[in-house]
Amino acid sequence: MNTPTPPTNFSLSTHNLAIGYTPSRRPATVVADQINVALRPGELVALIGPNGAGKSTLMRTLAGMQAPLRGQVCLGKDDLHRLPADVLAKRLAVVLTERIDVGNLSAYALAALGRHPYTDWRGKLTPHDEEVVQWAMTAVGATALAHRSVNELSDGERQKVMIARALAQEPQVLILDEPTAFLDLPRRVELMRLLGTLAYTTQRAILLSTHDLDLALRVADRLWLLPSGGPLMDGIPEELAFNGALAETFQSEGVEFDSMAGTFKLHRQPCGPIGLEGEGLLGQWTARALERIGFEVVRNGGDLEIPVPVTVEVGAAQWRVKGQVGPHEFTTLADLLTYLRQPRA
Amino acid sequence: MSILTLSNASWPQLGLRRLALLGLIIGLLGVFMLSLAFGSVQIPLGNVVRILVGGTADRATWADIIFKFRLPKALAAALGGAALAVSGLQMQTLFRNPLADPFILGVSSGASLGVALVILSVGATGSLLLAGLGVLGDFGLAAAAGLGAALVLSAVLLIARRVQSTVTLLILGLMFGYLTSALVSLLVYFSLPERIQSFSLWSAGSFGGVTWSQMRVFLPAILLGLLVANVIAKSLNALLLGETYAHSLGVNVRRARIWIILSASLLAGTVTAFCGPIGFLGVAVPHLCRSLFNTADHRILVPTSMLLGAILALLADLIAQMPGSQYVLPLNVITSLLGVPVVVWVILRQRKGGGG
Repeated sequence: MNTPTPPTNFSLSTHNLAIGYTPSRRPATVVADQINVALRPGELVALIGPNGAGKSTLMRTLAGMQAPLRGQVCLGKDDLHRLPADVLAKRLAVVLTERIDVGNLSAYALAALGRHPYTDWRGKLTPHDEEVVQWAMTAVGATALAHRSVNELSDGERQKVMIARALAQEPQVLILDEPTAFLDLPRRVELMRLLGTLAYTTQRAILLSTHDLDLALRVADRLWLLPSGGPLMDGIPEELAFNGALAETFQSEGVEFDSMAGTFKLHRQPCGPIGLEGEGLLGQWTARALERIGFEVVRNGGDLEIPVPVTVEVGAAQWRVKGQVGPHEFTTLADLLTYLRQPRA
Repeated sequence: MSILTLSNASWPQLGLRRLALLGLIIGLLGVFMLSLAFGSVQIPLGNVVRILVGGTADRATWADIIFKFRLPKALAAALGGAALAVSGLQMQTLFRNPLADPFILGVSSGASLGVALVILSVGATGSLLLAGLGVLGDFGLAAAAGLGAALVLSAVLLIARRVQSTVTLLILGLMFGYLTSALVSLLVYFSLPERIQSFSLWSAGSFGGVTWSQMRVFLPAILLGLLVANVIAKSLNALLLGETYAHSLGVNVRRARIWIILSASLLAGTVTAFCGPIGFLGVAVPHLCRSLFNTADHRILVPTSMLLGAILALLADLIAQMPGSQYVLPLNVITSLLGVPVVVWVILRQRKGGGG
């Protein structure tokens, strides 16, 4: 994890970085210390962690928008915080969470703003600049949006155009702060997959912060895990899942990371164990439903050590309850759940 | 560049269409000629052209009327309109506020204070003193107004270099405005009625007061301001995304902000000093250009605002002269009375179109 002298092929690397902020007339508040991580070309890295752990501070520091308290951020071989803004803009691009209000501008003109560091004083686009913008719009799948006004775009479409704008800067490093924040689920999946593909096909390093742990686990090449109070953990998603780092980071009341399934489990009021006999899609979703309302499901007599007072048998579109109660039969899953949730003495 | 291939999709054309630019220039020339032809005395257009190219007119006095009165006034109107429109555009983008105008940082209030001090308090002895200084007599009011505007501007710039937030700057500018307005009110309160009369005459605004000797200051100042505005247009585009994005696109935001304020205030301050506080054009013209050219791109908005601002200022002045009559209406009355309905119509139409 610690890489004091990085090989030159790192797009971005940190060296004993301490991040935080300095309130006026008060000593600096360190959010996280001793951060030694790197972004490699072609890699999609997701920064995850609970609210308030300092994700934004880290993103801002890595993007050059905030000075580090100690240590160094290197862009290639250069100290990122010493690069002039116009040089930095050609090597690092950002997409922020803040909603933009650019007025009446076409999506294409918005993406073309990404050429700002390259154009002459008039801002005139050369044919090469236009080509890059068109490539960026194509890369994010926004060609059809080119003529549309930014005001008319949906959140997902606007996000794509903003990413095209960042790509048009032709950066080695692309930093996105919660790019999926305002999007619905299909749009999130689409965007994450797009970013993963972009990182690989364009051989750029992409860093994004997200609350979408599930999606990050599936798409990111690497996770940076920032627990409250640090230290930052760096690894491929599967590693962090099986060594318990994820579970530990997100440990809190009522929520538990299921290292087996790679998802979060919600604890409702505990209802105790329940047996379930049944296979296939129906069996799987019945198990999910029972877990959702608080049962600990024992599949197909699995662990005989746990005594189950009630067992649910899943048949073809019917559910049978037996054991200490019943037997009862239900034709819909909803009816079964309603029955099981009834308070019993 | 990558494994992705460029599709043959049609891409929008960026930048200003030649035809639109040509149309505006022709419009400007047309209105300019009209404003030379019409006034208390009507001069046929053919004669106007003949006088301008150095020929002799049907009546000897006409050449005098054009060269002594109408040409400087038309020039002042064109330059002043362009200046106010561009200045308003810059302020609207810098403060990301559609209601911002050239005077939002208190430049015109500063100028008013300067003029009020000269007219209302220095009074008779002061005017004699100024007149005794020769050239200063001609520049008396303009110098006072310019000084007042410059004073407020320096204060704002001094703060702009220290303050991070643009919103803070905006609020401070408004506070300066209130402060100077209060001082002006105080001066008015303790003044003689005839002096108040001449002060309110200045407040009504007029392009007619700019003499040829004043033009030697007015013209270069405005041209300089417009030049800076054109150079800074690229940064204005980046600032559309907000200051954080602008910085990430390589803009030195603090420096850009200083240049924008300098340019906008030089433009607004100069116009106010020589022509009085002329309202409305600075707010309205940028909005008209955004609607007409359907864009927020400053590479289009700066030149078109200049041209449209000049055209509208000339038109407003033309109407204020009430051709054929001896009356001259206050310019501010015309800009508002005629301009407001137009802008309201344009804005409503734009909202209906789905934009926003």
